[in-house]
Amino acid sequence: MSSDTGAVGSGAAGSGAAETAVRIPSQLRTLTGGAGEVSVSGSTVGEVLKALDAAHPGMGERIFDESGALRRFVNVFLADEDVRFLEGLDTVVQPGQVISIVPAVAGG
Amino acid sequence: MDLVTGLRCRECGRGYPAQALQVCDFCFGPLEVAYDYEAIAAKVSRASIEAGPRTIWRYADLLPVSDPAPVDLGTGCTPLVRADRLGAELGLSELWIKNDTANPTGSFKDRVVSVSLTKARQLGFKVAACASTGNLANSVAAHAARAGMASVVFIPKDLERAKVVTTAVYGGYLVAIDGNYDDVNRLCAELASDHLSWAFVNVNVRPYYAEGSKTLAFEVAEQLGWRLPDHVVVPVASGSQLTKVHKGFEELVKVGLVDDPGRQVRVSGAQADGCSPVAGAFASGSDYVKPVKPHTIAKSLAIGNPADGWYALETVRSTGGAFASVSDEEVIDGIRLLARTEGIFAETAGGVTIGVLAKLAREGIVRSDECVVAFVTGHGLKTVEALEGSTGPTATIPPSLDAFAEASADWGLDTSAGAGSEA
Repeated sequence: MSSDTGAVGSGAAGSGAAETAVRIPSQLRTLTGGAGEVSVSGSTVGEVLKALDAAHPGMGERIFDESGALRRFVNVFLADEDVRFLEGLDTVVQPGQVISIVPAVAGG
Repeated sequence: MDLVTGLRCRECGRGYPAQALQVCDFCFGPLEVAYDYEAIAAKVSRASIEAGPRTIWRYADLLPVSDPAPVDLGTGCTPLVRADRLGAELGLSELWIKNDTANPTGSFKDRVVSVSLTKARQLGFKVAACASTGNLANSVAAHAARAGMASVVFIPKDLERAKVVTTAVYGGYLVAIDGNYDDVNRLCAELASDHLSWAFVNVNVRPYYAEGSKTLAFEVAEQLGWRLPDHVVVPVASGSQLTKVHKGFEELVKVGLVDDPGRQVRVSGAQADGCSPVAGAFASGSDYVKPVKPHTIAKSLAIGNPADGWYALETVRSTGGAFASVSDEEVIDGIRLLARTEGIFAETAGGVTIGVLAKLAREGIVRSDECVVAFVTGHGLKTVEALEGSTGPTATIPPSLDAFAEASADWGLDTSAGAGSEA
């Protein structure tokens, strides 16, 4: 779908960070051509989300406020855990973990 | 004339059509139903409401959907009980209990479900779904059955037994999740993105759902003789009910239905110590409602990441109310105090409300001269486990006069020839 890093380097798992799958809510799918999941690279949650913005311009202003923090009504989960219970945007992403962007306004 | 003009983002003001949308596409802020209040004021009157059905649908002009045959089990018009015995214990001169345990499935959730599924059916949905701490599960399953809709209800697996049984009995799909409510809610929010033909009452039709709670305020004012109370105490899970009760009072003023429109209703919020993210933000003076991992017997209030926490905080602050939280022991004490003084059996959330009411009264925040309404929003039979060990038979004896005399010797009850014989 998104980034195609093209030429594979010499080593198998050498250079860049592994790609992380990011689940996209319906509200943001106009920016991903309708895709509900895309893959981008990054070693932390923040890096993955910035890479997401680079691959799908416009994503950043939707999920970050002016100060660069997550908007009040955006929740981000790493492997189904709210990143606010982890290290926030600095949380290190392990290979195979999935990030979900979820609107906060639900439930109750 | 259409009384609903659409949906509007509460944060950035962008407008949307009145469809199954809950968040702003741009900023993710919550969407709220927007009304033409001038048109409503011209149409609605005390007389028009009083001539309506004895259900929440008497307030249809102030709800986001109108339908000649709504999805309804007979919800609303629950008793507003003058609670003089409880008031005396707490030092309050005019205390009322809004006994919303009297709804068809035993909680206030019937209000929000009746409204949201009526709208969902109009929008063409055939499947009703929700994330629930139990009361909503009961209500969605029951209303879907009544409406002939399929239902898919998601709950945390550790719910009280009664709440599981009283959901499953209606025959829909019931999915227990190995996680807490916030996990269930996150799952449903994600599922809603890919199950666009399902009406998740508290996700994609949440703007309509939330409006149902306004009927609590409408009923209280009407039952007080079209008068606003001075102070209300409302349990807080997501914070939606509290903000909508406040909105309901404001709307009554806006459309000219109440006397003394200058009166500001103070709104106070009640949480359990084991899940008090909003009370915690209030206590620390913070604007940030920090999510928590819940651990409390008040499972119906165990939302660690409350969607409307920020708005509940803002409402309480702007109206001069307060937030407080109570321990699980105080929750039990609150249930028993309400039962002992007023004959009303509340679930744990009601124990939280009464416990917090008692605390705020002790602190002088709820004042003795105020007209106070406490919202008791779920029936005690749903959470009997909470009382195990603290209630039971006073005595278990053989069927003999001697055994009874011995067992009852220290009860202090008058056994002389008595009152009954004088009648």
